[in-house]
Amino acid sequence: MEGNEERWRRHALLVDNVEHRYGDRQALRGLRLEVSAGELFAILGPNGSGKSTLFRLISTLVPVQAGEIAVFGHRLPGAQHLVRQLLGVVFQSPSLDPKLTVRENLRCGGVLYGLRGAPLQARIQEVAEQLGVADRMNDMVETLSGGLKRRVELAKGILHRPRLLLMDEPSTGLDPAARIDMWRALKELQKSQRMTIVLTTHLLEEADRADRLAIMHEGRTVAVGAPGELRRELGDQVLTIRPPLPEVERWLADRGIEARCVDDEIRVTGHDVANLVPALAEQFGRQIQALSVGQPSLEDVFIARTGHRYWADRAETPAA
Amino acid sequence: MKDEVNALSMQSTNEDEVSSVPPSVVAVVWMLAHREWVRFFRQRNRVIGALGQPILFWLLFGTGMHTAFRGAGQDFMTYYLPGTITLILLFTAIFTTISIIEDRKEGFLQNVLVAPAPRSTIAWGKVLGGGMIAWVQGLIFLGLVMAMGQVPVSGGLAGALVLMAVAAASITAMGVLFAWPMDSTQGFHAIMNLVLMPLWLLSGAFFPVPALVAGSPVGQIVMHWIMRLNPMTYLVAGLRRMLGTVVENPEIWVPGLSTSWIVSVGFLLAALAGAWWVVQRPARGDIR
Repeated sequence: MEGNEERWRRHALLVDNVEHRYGDRQALRGLRLEVSAGELFAILGPNGSGKSTLFRLISTLVPVQAGEIAVFGHRLPGAQHLVRQLLGVVFQSPSLDPKLTVRENLRCGGVLYGLRGAPLQARIQEVAEQLGVADRMNDMVETLSGGLKRRVELAKGILHRPRLLLMDEPSTGLDPAARIDMWRALKELQKSQRMTIVLTTHLLEEADRADRLAIMHEGRTVAVGAPGELRRELGDQVLTIRPPLPEVERWLADRGIEARCVDDEIRVTGHDVANLVPALAEQFGRQIQALSVGQPSLEDVFIARTGHRYWADRAETPAA
Repeated sequence: MKDEVNALSMQSTNEDEVSSVPPSVVAVVWMLAHREWVRFFRQRNRVIGALGQPILFWLLFGTGMHTAFRGAGQDFMTYYLPGTITLILLFTAIFTTISIIEDRKEGFLQNVLVAPAPRSTIAWGKVLGGGMIAWVQGLIFLGLVMAMGQVPVSGGLAGALVLMAVAAASITAMGVLFAWPMDSTQGFHAIMNLVLMPLWLLSGAFFPVPALVAGSPVGQIVMHWIMRLNPMTYLVAGLRRMLGTVVENPEIWVPGLSTSWIVSVGFLLAALAGAWWVVQRPARGDIR
């Protein structure tokens, strides 16, 4: 029992065997996750993988149905109040009041977390300078650009110095420059405040920047680890062959080479798979349209673990 | 538990950086109410809509109905005055509570829902903020009327102001009750047309409650009881009595002043309880 308690306390975030249903649809199926203090952790998954549900559960917006979630040892359901004080939450949909100024919005955010008076004023100024919005304090939020709004959201989320900053799809609606900007701010927070940051994302390249990530698929984690580590597990090369010819598959299988047929292509991951290219070209040169060799990406990790393409059900907007 | 939290936060942050403390309910309610004020006065059309339309109605109906209305020697502008005040309170309360739906759409509400502040602060913030806005609008109108000297306002003005505050708070709380489960403003407009406006029309604001006399037709009996059971009737009657614009007439039923107070305060408590209850419930729109 002692050891178990210790395990709960050691992690910034612990998700244990969490299930969640919306009516008939099961969004989370026995999900497990461990995030250490001080980590920048990404929850990566395509639309409908359950990551937004997980976000809602951790943020306490939606009550936990089955299983347990603990933030620095305080468990949900139960210690909801303590968890709320430890969390800073930045939603995907903007949560700023467009009719209020930046300062007024930050003040609202601070009061909700128990900050008041002079300390709140000082903290607002400090955070605004840290995130580079100090010169826009008296501007109405509706007049700000998307990138600036996101920075104000972030400022609001960290006003009360949360131990765990939780963000849902933080780069949605941001142009590439604003994305880089936001990531710089997050890394800085992680370093200077030793803040634990957990974010959800559907962007592979974004998850690549995290210390560690969990890949979600159909309500479960299919892979957890550092991005480089996960990629290395697949070997150092990926060979892609198009179209997915059955005879090519057979040829590979005959040689004991593990290949995966995904949608419109065959993918082979491993070490030195480039060496197969001359033989393949000689054998099937006329039928093969494209042969390419590259380094494994997180998408390859996803494919290897799920047998599906990451963008198979791609939609313009991320899952609600 | 709490010591543990502090201990943990000390470990990870500097000595002076204490993790957050539970927010004070009063501070959060005040912040939310203050936000209502700021938002209201930044949206000019809301000010105009809530104050302008009832004044326009009052002037148009007051002069237009002049010849048609025979309220025992009272002209319609005088009769309609408490009703106009109630309509201003109603309109303003509707505009304020509609913002719950906007707050949810714009995402502001989500932040409050995941903050350590209790959910009831949302209801109290709306009632305080929206109620104050409504009350002040009512005051402005009453001040204008008195300045014009159009209507003889005698009687207990102070009492009328307190009753206006009670009315403003209870109508706003009722608005919270209706607006919370809605996920679109269209739905709220339907409620407004189906429930809130009839409630006002049948409160003696626009025409008097018919008295029950021997040989009253069935329609009149039904109308009498509908209006008599409408809590808003007592708000209007209380205002009418305290502003000194009541005319005793055997054909008209007006509740006494003490009854008006008791029902109005009872209605306020019920509406507040309803608002408190409804915000504890998850709304469909919370999960987007």
